[in-house]
Amino acid sequence: MLPALILVFVIGLPALNLLPSEGSLWHVSDYTLNLFGKFLAYAILALGLDLLWGYTGILSLGHGVFFCLGGYAIGMHLMLEIGAEGVYGSALPDFMVWNQVTALPWFWRPFSSGAFALAAVVLVPGLFAAVFGYLTFRSRIKGVYFSIVTQALALSMWLLFNRNELNLGGTNGLADFKTLFGYSLQDAATQWWLYVITAATLVAAYLACRTVTRSPLGRVLVAIRDAEGRVRFSGYAAAHYKLFVFVVSAALAGIAGALYAPQVGIITPGKMGVLPSIEMIVWVAVGGRGTLVGAVLGAIGVNWLRSFLTEAYPDLWLYVLGGMFVAVVMFVPDGLAGLPGRLARWARSRGVAPELGAPAVARRPP
Amino acid sequence: MNGSILYVERLTVDFDGFKALSELNFIMDEGELRVVIGPNGAGKTTLLDVISGKVQPTSGRVVFGRETDLSGLSEHEIARIGVGRKFQTPTGYGGLSVRENLELSLRRDKGVFATFVARLSPSQRDEIDRALATIGLAGKADQRAGALSHGEKQWLELGMLMVQDPALCLIDEPVAGMTAEETDRTADLLTALAERRSVLVIEHDMAFVRRLAAKVTVLHEGSVLCEGSLDEVQRDPRVVEVYLGREREERIRAAH
Repeated sequence: MLPALILVFVIGLPALNLLPSEGSLWHVSDYTLNLFGKFLAYAILALGLDLLWGYTGILSLGHGVFFCLGGYAIGMHLMLEIGAEGVYGSALPDFMVWNQVTALPWFWRPFSSGAFALAAVVLVPGLFAAVFGYLTFRSRIKGVYFSIVTQALALSMWLLFNRNELNLGGTNGLADFKTLFGYSLQDAATQWWLYVITAATLVAAYLACRTVTRSPLGRVLVAIRDAEGRVRFSGYAAAHYKLFVFVVSAALAGIAGALYAPQVGIITPGKMGVLPSIEMIVWVAVGGRGTLVGAVLGAIGVNWLRSFLTEAYPDLWLYVLGGMFVAVVMFVPDGLAGLPGRLARWARSRGVAPELGAPAVARRPP
Repeated sequence: MNGSILYVERLTVDFDGFKALSELNFIMDEGELRVVIGPNGAGKTTLLDVISGKVQPTSGRVVFGRETDLSGLSEHEIARIGVGRKFQTPTGYGGLSVRENLELSLRRDKGVFATFVARLSPSQRDEIDRALATIGLAGKADQRAGALSHGEKQWLELGMLMVQDPALCLIDEPVAGMTAEETDRTADLLTALAERRSVLVIEHDMAFVRRLAAKVTVLHEGSVLCEGSLDEVQRDPRVVEVYLGREREERIRAAH
């Protein structure tokens, strides 16, 4: 599955994009490439979410927050790169001029350094998750209670980021980016490279997550999912492990947000709230939680469907999203990734040699 | 005598006015196999909960080995010091294979990073294979633990204790829900486990307790009622009263 995905998304799409556009049946348009660049960024987030939910059994309904923290971190640098090229010709970002802010707020200043912004992409969501996770896991808040607390986090952060007083652009967020490290974002070549970097980051994130899930650490995570109370009596400090996974998944979400913002050209609090955070859960559920390939497939598949449906039948999307979630939970709990095995078992149970007594095939991490 | 492995002094656990344990004193020698019996609600499981760190006592203290005070330590710290526990209902880790369950229980550094880079040494591999052979699950080593039968899950838990290699094993009702044959095998496993370790067993099944041929402590209403061989405690009029009194009550309740 992995080689096929790499062939299509890492090599195939960007290569086909380089074909001449006139009369070529195989040409992939800049628009499509950009669209899939966004999906691949989502897939990076889905990997972290799957590590957290699928493997460790921790359902976070607030990952939009970490995604946006990464997106805003790079977005702030992009805003400062605009310099005096903005509508008002001021060195300050346009929205600050509009809000009558006269000097750059202190927390914006370090973001004029590209290196600082890149570090912040990982560190801000990572540290935020570390503090939040430390407080919740230490108090042994788990299961549905943890999910509710993360949902409250998404809501309160959404409210906070919508306020103009925060000096992060309020409802409109950060937009109208011009250049990224000096390269014009309007340039197709820059966007091509951004796609390639996103695809390469996705592969690296996948391999990193796979190293974790295949190590003894990965087995402790599954053990926490299956019997958290028991793990402690085997000598493992469950809270440390949960904190580790939570921070890793937040950092991946931040990286995803940072790759998303320059490709889409805007980052707003709209990506941070309760609804987008829940949509992220649906990607992983549909793709198949507990398998890394499933998370990637789910993020790409659901968003592909979304972009098709919101263009063709705009009113239908939310029904489809909800219906998809219900259908997956009821009929294919292990998602798309588990579908082949499920079909094979079904075929076998009706086939010539029924193995009714055989135990169900264990669902194993890839 | 090698000194005590467990020294419990005036232990009280108060659950909002209900005293699950009340001024309980209890001493166990190093290397001893001890059985704790008592009617339901006597505080047997609460005693194990306090020793293993699941419940913090209201007052009193638990000393492990020569001078390790266990009060205030969390479950994983107590486990690392050398106290292992098997719960009444075997849980294991259902999503992992039998072998992985044992690997996870091995005595080794259990920090996040150390676990990430941990690799099995040949001697650890042998240890796991030995445990698999002892608990009779060698043929099912790569099966998912969740798919084992109830008896097999109990044995897997005992195997996990073996490789965890604690100085003190706390074992809650090892033969509950087992067939006669399974019970026999479990008695052998426990005796094997007790060869090199101190083992504290809670059990209801008197035939099984007799097979273990160990010193018996009777708990009643959160304190120790009496101690001695099984024959001695069964002759003790207080024990007869506690058990029969309960039976009498139950008979009266059933008659109504």
